[in-house]
Parts: sequence; C-alpha cells; structure tokens
Amino acid sequence: MYNGRKLTFGLAAIAAMGMVATSAFADKMYGPGVTDDSIKLGNTMPYSGPAAAYGQIGKSTAAYFDKINKENGGVNGRKIEFISLDDGYSPPKTKEQVRKLVEQDEVLLIFESLGTPTNSAIHNYMNQKEIPQLFVATGATKWGDPENFPWTMGWQPSYQTEGQLFGAYIMENVTDPKVAILYQNDDYGKDYVHGLKEFLGDKADSIIVAEESYEVTDPTINSQMIKLKDSGANVFFNVSTPKFAAQAVKKFRELNWDAVFLNNSVSNSVGAVYKPAGLENSKGIVSLMYYMDITDPANFESEAYKKWSKFMDEYYPDGDKTSAFTAYGYLVGQTMEQVLKQAGDNLTRENVMKEAANLDLELDMMLPGIKIQTGPNDFFPIEAMMPVEFNGEKFSSLGKVVSVN
Amino acid sequence: MATDVETRVDPRLTVGAKMPYKWVALFVIIGAVLPFFLQGYATFQGTLIMIYAIAILGLNLLTGFNGQFSLGHSAFYAVGAYTAAILVYHLDWPVYVTIPFGGIVCFVAGFLFGLPALRLEGLYLALATFALGVSVPQILKSSHLEGLTGGVQGLDIFRPKVPSFLVENFGLTMDQWWYMIAFVIMLFMFWIAWNLINSRTGRAMMAIRDNPIAARSMGINASLYKSLTFGVSAFYTGIAGALAAIVIEFVAPDSFTFQLSILLFIGMVVGGTGSIWGAVFGGFFILTVPNFAEEISTGLSYAIFGIILILVIYVMPSGFAGLVNLLRMRVKKMF
Amino acid sequence: MDLFLQQILTGIANGAIYACLALAVVMIYQAIDHFNFAQGEMAMFSTYICWAMIAGGLPYWVAFFATIIISFIGGLAIERIIFKPLHSAPVLSHIVVFIGLVAIFNSLAGAIWDHNIKTFPSPFPDGSFGGLIGLHEVGMFFVTLLLLLAIFCFFKFTRVGMAMQAAAANPASAGLVGIRVGWMLALGWGLAAAIGAVAGMMIAPIVFLEPNMMLGILLYGFAAAIVGGISSPGGAVAGGFLVGIIENMAGTYIPAIGSELKLTVALVLIVTVLLFKPNGLFGKTIVTRV
Repeated sequence: MYNGRKLTFGLAAIAAMGMVATSAFADKMYGPGVTDDSIKLGNTMPYSGPAAAYGQIGKSTAAYFDKINKENGGVNGRKIEFISLDDGYSPPKTKEQVRKLVEQDEVLLIFESLGTPTNSAIHNYMNQKEIPQLFVATGATKWGDPENFPWTMGWQPSYQTEGQLFGAYIMENVTDPKVAILYQNDDYGKDYVHGLKEFLGDKADSIIVAEESYEVTDPTINSQMIKLKDSGANVFFNVSTPKFAAQAVKKFRELNWDAVFLNNSVSNSVGAVYKPAGLENSKGIVSLMYYMDITDPANFESEAYKKWSKFMDEYYPDGDKTSAFTAYGYLVGQTMEQVLKQAGDNLTRENVMKEAANLDLELDMMLPGIKIQTGPNDFFPIEAMMPVEFNGEKFSSLGKVVSVN
Repeated sequence: MATDVETRVDPRLTVGAKMPYKWVALFVIIGAVLPFFLQGYATFQGTLIMIYAIAILGLNLLTGFNGQFSLGHSAFYAVGAYTAAILVYHLDWPVYVTIPFGGIVCFVAGFLFGLPALRLEGLYLALATFALGVSVPQILKSSHLEGLTGGVQGLDIFRPKVPSFLVENFGLTMDQWWYMIAFVIMLFMFWIAWNLINSRTGRAMMAIRDNPIAARSMGINASLYKSLTFGVSAFYTGIAGALAAIVIEFVAPDSFTFQLSILLFIGMVVGGTGSIWGAVFGGFFILTVPNFAEEISTGLSYAIFGIILILVIYVMPSGFAGLVNLLRMRVKKMF
Repeated sequence: MDLFLQQILTGIANGAIYACLALAVVMIYQAIDHFNFAQGEMAMFSTYICWAMIAGGLPYWVAFFATIIISFIGGLAIERIIFKPLHSAPVLSHIVVFIGLVAIFNSLAGAIWDHNIKTFPSPFPDGSFGGLIGLHEVGMFFVTLLLLLAIFCFFKFTRVGMAMQAAAANPASAGLVGIRVGWMLALGWGLAAAIGAVAGMMIAPIVFLEPNMMLGILLYGFAAAIVGGISSPGGAVAGGFLVGIIENMAGTYIPAIGSELKLTVALVLIVTVLLFKPNGLFGKTIVTRV
C-alpha cells in the first residue's frame, strides 16, 4: 500500500557526478527528512474535484525533481523525494494530509501547496511547529508576513500587488477612467479588488462604477456582464478563473462593449482562455506577465524555451505545453532547488528558511528584468510584472516592467 | 413517490432491544486505549472519524429512523462549526463551552428548517435540503456577514493547553486529549440516541417513517415529531461541526461544501441506515476510503472511490450493520 | 429598459440550459421513479465523446447522432449491468451508487481529456441578434422545444411510452399485463442518457467543455424539473425558463442580493413554490391510498 503512492520518486540508480563536497569536513546539520543522500519534501494539491486543473502544477514540479534526480543526482548529492498528496481543495483534508506528511512521512518542509483556504488551514500549524511552508501556490497577501508568520512564504506576485499594478496602468493610460469589475466571490477575487482600490485611494469610489461577483457554481456569467456593460464603464477588469474568463471574453465581444479589457494573470493563458474564447475575440486584451508566454512562437527559438520543452517531452510527456500551469510548476521547482543548493549541508528547517529569505535569483523563463528576490523582511519573491497586450497571436510588451516599490 | 426509505431493520436492534453490554465494553476499552498506541497523526484521524460518526448518527436519526431525506447536513455541520469559531474568536469563550452551544444553535436552526420541510417529502425534501447545503457556504461568504464569519478567509481557533495535571501524570498530548474528549462526547451522544430510539418518542418517530397516515390516526402529532427529529438531527451534526472546528483549528466556507453532505450521506448508507453503531463504521469509511483510493492512483482517485462505493453496495446493500445482522442470523440458524 | 430586456433574454438563454437538462431528469424519473444524480456527469461524458469524434475528423452531425446512439447504449448498459442486480436494494443504496457513478465519470473524463476547458462547436451560426441574445441560444431554445415535442409524443402516442409509464408507476401490475418491466427500466435509462447527451452538446458551446461543467447546472436542472412538476415534461421546460428568468431578475434588481446570493435566492424561491404547490406548478396531485 505504502509504496504505491504516486509522485514519490524512487531513487534512480545514477551515481552523483562530480559531487566532491567542498565542505566535506564542515559540520553536517540535518533536519527531519534529510539523510546523506535524500531530502523529503511534502506538498498538497487538488488532484481531484473541481480544482483539479491546478494539479498540473504539482505534476510538473514532480517531473522537474525527477529530472534533477536523474541528471544531477539531486541537489548537493541528495535525491529529492517529492511527496505530493491530494487534498481535493478541502481545508480539513489539507490539514489531515499535511499532518501525515509532517508526522508520518517526516518531511523537511511543505512547499508549493495550492490554494488560499487550504493553506490557511495549516498556516498556524506550520508556524507553531516551526516548519517551513514555502512558496505556496496562491497569491494572497497574507503569505508575506515574516513578523507574525516567519515560516510561511509565497512565490508569485500577490493578487493584491497585481491589483495595484493594474490601478497604475489605468491611471496612466486611460483618460477619465470608469472601471467595471467582474470577480470571483472568494479571497482571490476580493484581493484583486482590494489591491485596485488601495491604489486608487480616495478616487476609488468615483472611478469604480460597477462590481459584480460570481460563484463557481454559476453556469454562466452573462447576466453579470450585461449589468457591467450597462454601467457605462470604459475599462473592464476581469478577475475570474479560466473557464469564466473565456466566457467573459466571448460575451464582451458579443455585447460590442467598447472598453479596455484588463485580464488578471490567473487566466492570462492563450491555451486555456484565449483560444477557447476565440483568438479574434481576444485581441487587445491587456494583462500583466512575469514569465515567458510558452505559446508564443517567437519564444520557441529561445534557449529557455527549448530547455523547458525538452524537459516536458522527457519527464512530463502527458503535460499540456500550452498551459501556463506546467511552466509555473517548473519555475517553482527551480526556486526550491536553489534554496536547497544554498543551504548546502546545513539542512535544518531554520537554515532552509533563512536561505529562502536570502534569494536573488534570475530564472531563464522569467521575463527580462524580473527577479526572484527575498530578504529577512521581504517575503514576496516576485513583485514586478510587465504589462502586455494580446494581439490575436501573441503578447506584445507595453513598455517596461512595473513594480509597486 | 419514492419516499419509502429502507425499513427492514432487525427489530431487536431498535424496539425494546437490550444494549449488548459485552460489545459496548469491548468497544470502549479498545477506543480508550488506542490513542496511546498511535502516532499523533493517526490519533487526529481517529478523532475525525468519531466526529464524522456523530454527524452521521445525526443524519441517521432523521433518515433511518424518521424517514426524512437530507442531502444538506453539511449546512448544520457548518453552523455548528461557525458557532464554536465565532464564540471563541470574537467573544473569547472557553473552547469547551462552545461545543454544546454549537449543538443548541443547530437544534433551533434544524427545528425551524423542519417546519416548512414538513410539507415536503422524498425527492422534494432531498432537493430542499440540498439547496440548503449549497447555500450555506455562499451565505457564510456573503459580504454582509464578513465581519462575523471572516468571509472566505475563515477564522482561526486556538486550543487551550492540555490541563497540566494530565500532562504531568499521563503525558497526554494535545491530540490524545482531544481524542478523549471526542470519544466521551461520542459515547454520550450514542447513549442518548439509543435511549431515544428505545423510548415512546423513538417508536413514534419510526411509526411516522413506516406509515405516516396510520401514525397520525393513532394520535401521534406527526408534524411536531418530524420537526423535533429535524432539530435533534441538526443538534448531533452541530456538535460534530463544533468539535471539528476546534480539532482542525480552522473554519472556512470551503470546508463545508455540499460534498461534505454527500460524504455524510454515503457514511450513513454504508454504515447501515437505521443502525446506531453503524455510524462508527460510516465515519471510518468516509475518512479512510478516499485516502486509500488516492494511494492507488492519484489522478483517478475519484473513479476508484466510485468503484469501491458500488462494490460495497453490491456486497452489503443494507450497509455494514445490515451485513452483520445477516451474518449473525445465519450463524444462529446453523447452531 | 434595455437592461431589463437583456436580462430577460439572458434569463431565457440560461433557462434553456436548465430546461434541456431538466428534460433528461424528467425522462429518467418517468422510468425509475426517482432522480439520477449522475445525469449531469453522464451528459458531460457523452459530450466529451462527441468532442473526441469531432477532433478525430468526423463532421459535426455525424458525431452528434453517433453520440446520441452511443449514449443510448451506454445508458442501457449501465442499467443492465449495474442496477439490475440491485433491484431489491433500498433506494438509499441506489443513491450511493449514483454518487459512485458521478465520481467515476468525473474522474475518468479528467484523466482521459485533462481538466483544461475545451471549445465545443455549435451547429448554429455565430453571432447574435443585436447583441441581445446569441444565435446558439436561440437555436438551443428550439432544440429544447423539439425534444419536448418528441418526448410528449413518445409518452402520449406510442405503446412503448405508455408501457414505460405503467412500469414505473406500478411495476407489479405492469408485469402482470405482460410488460417487461426490467427492459422498460433499461429503455428509460437509455433514453435519458440520449437526451442528456443532446443537452450536454447544446450546453457545452456556452459554458465550455470541462469535467465539472455540469456541477452547478444539474442542480438548476433538478430545480427546474421540480418547480415545473417532475411528472410533466412541459412543466420541466417551463420550470427551466422560470428559474433562469427569476434568478437573473432577482440578481439585477434586488440590491441586497446582487450576484452574490443569486443561487441562494433561486433555491429559496424553489422551496417556496414547493410549499404552496408541493407537486410543482404543473404537476399532477398524487393521491395516496392507505
């Protein structure tokens, strides 16, 4: 039973190459789940249920560790054992699974667990037990609070940050803006709206003319779109997940709504949104990006893309190469690898956390000028994004990288 | 109208039955000793099983003993959980006190919901309760209530430390302590259910289930009993919800989706509709089988869970309790 | 006024979605005397089969009719293989089997065709009537009416249709007059699966195809069937449109509700309807014999 668990990567019989430890005599300090030749990392993902599309993130990260185990013999000679369990996006289940990972499998840390409510359920537990909860796959703002929660860190730009950046974009590029917002009725949707309002400050009430929410159980968002258009707004800010975003794009065109279409990065995907909604319909949509568009043929020749594509073919052949999720998992996997590299032989939970808060990393698939930077008081690894416009085939840059700082 | 809920329950199990003291004693001893042999995580799972068992028993009182359908018990579970969480979070009440309060609030909610539900039968009641189950998470998220419920972010609950004399004398951990609390509450709730079923009230409940018209003509106030049963059922589920909130130390609307209702329903049927102790098996089933399915295949865990469910219904169409009864009869006949 | 008209039309468009699935719900109810909770997932799976055939190069209409036939056979097979051995099991156990089927179809679809949304082609031309209502929605409206007509004729004018109703209403007597009750059940399953497939293929172009697309819709489909009266196909269609329109009106014009509590309001309304008309707006009153 036990060894039937998926995504637990057995040890491939390839000897570590050239791993003459430079610090062979340095004291080795190990936390739980670490031995001379392996490191156990835990994770939870919705592999089943309504949020199962996100499961691709976990699968691509698992594939990435598979790759470094096989090609580099792991990190510093230690194979990564990535144990990824299904929580079906249910907070109680997350708690149960994470306790299993921590207490039974004895993992060193939990990382890239997906979802805001699910991570919230373990937030206190992780910090009380002093176990790193790294690079959670959600954009809520509360993950960057080193003072109260020194063991938790996000990864992607927070939804609130992105909301602020959109606010900046609106103020700079639209004259006399009147904004209508469609958002998912949960923390994710509300964080975006909150960020936008925060940036607009006192003017928020006069600039935002309509807000409509939807539930994930709603069959369509057509009724909301009609109300939003009726408000007479000239900017439409879409904060919805791929399925609803695709519906929104279609309805936006059907209504002949003459407004600037701003789309949140959650559903800024050619494969998952713009293609289903119709590429012609998606022309002119403005969004913010921080890593390479993997569907843009112009990128196909770049070294970074080729490397990624080769990785996908070899280690995750079932994976969808047009889905932004697979690239996401690949990038977070690389970030984790870097943290472990920096930690060297001092693989205690304290030290891993210290190194996670000491990153200055450039990954080849990130857009130029966007880095992963953290510090003891900065638990937001990515804070800059690039405004782009979709022209029916690919994204074109609209100026330079923006950040809130 | 498909109102006829399974009625073929071994009569000795319900009316005028004697409590099987030997088995109960064995169960209590095993249950009380278990946490000292389990890891913290397994103890935590054991606690969850007992919490589910209480909720399933509540559902069973309604469906198995009174013939009323419900696919919305996650709503009462949520109300119980939020009652506990709000009392602790906003009013700083001691955690222990909030558990009965979760039950009481649910009793009122269940009784009030039971009044209009009286007019609905079978499918219609199933849909109405299903609607309740789907609506409650939305209402909890609603911006009007955000200050109270914490909206989508949910609320955290911190448990007080284990009483120091227990730590010093027995080395009790937090998990073991709450396992014990849940265990005692579960035994108490089962004992109440047993007495209820074997009383006049219980017989009236079952009479309404088996033949409502005949029950009415015998002078049973069917409306009152049905609403009361709804209240009692909600009370059980609310207690379970409050306990769950405290043990998990967190509540959020996403914890109480209608999938929870469906899980509780599965637990009831698999454990045995109309059986009190079957609820324990039901709780065990809905906690462990999804985990088991996941270990076989991550991507196809739902499919495997579905196949297991169908197979289980093939093997024991009247649930685990039904199967045990059947085997017991066979064994008796042999000798 | 424009907003009002648009919301009514959107309500009708949403209503057509609910009505279409409600027909399948009524169909299975006529055959087995209760709901099939796996109806939505079966329809979703059928739609995927059609999608796969179109992706494989078949013309739309060939795939469309092939899917209907495959679904019919599939429904028939599910009844014969899974439910036949369980005929004497309690109703509650049947519901658990339905839940099992939901889990199986949902999970299989995700595993075979992944979870990303897919575009499903519409047989109707693109575009809309003055931005008010899409041509697909209009087409779907007529498909729903056509289906309704077909079902109505089936039950009213064919021997099989009448035999099926008899078998559901009173299996014992039906058996005595020579109706093969078991096969009537299977036939009902097959027809319901086929209607569900049509519903799925009509709905998918609007909401996009993905394994969970029926999650919310099925609930509305049940609601529509119950509001209209579960025994009446016409009532179910009317119920579908009613639910669609009321839901949109309440969301638009009652500020305290907004879009946030749209679903809750729809459900409260349904319960209210049931309290005053327990058999639905168009259902027959059932007299119980002691």
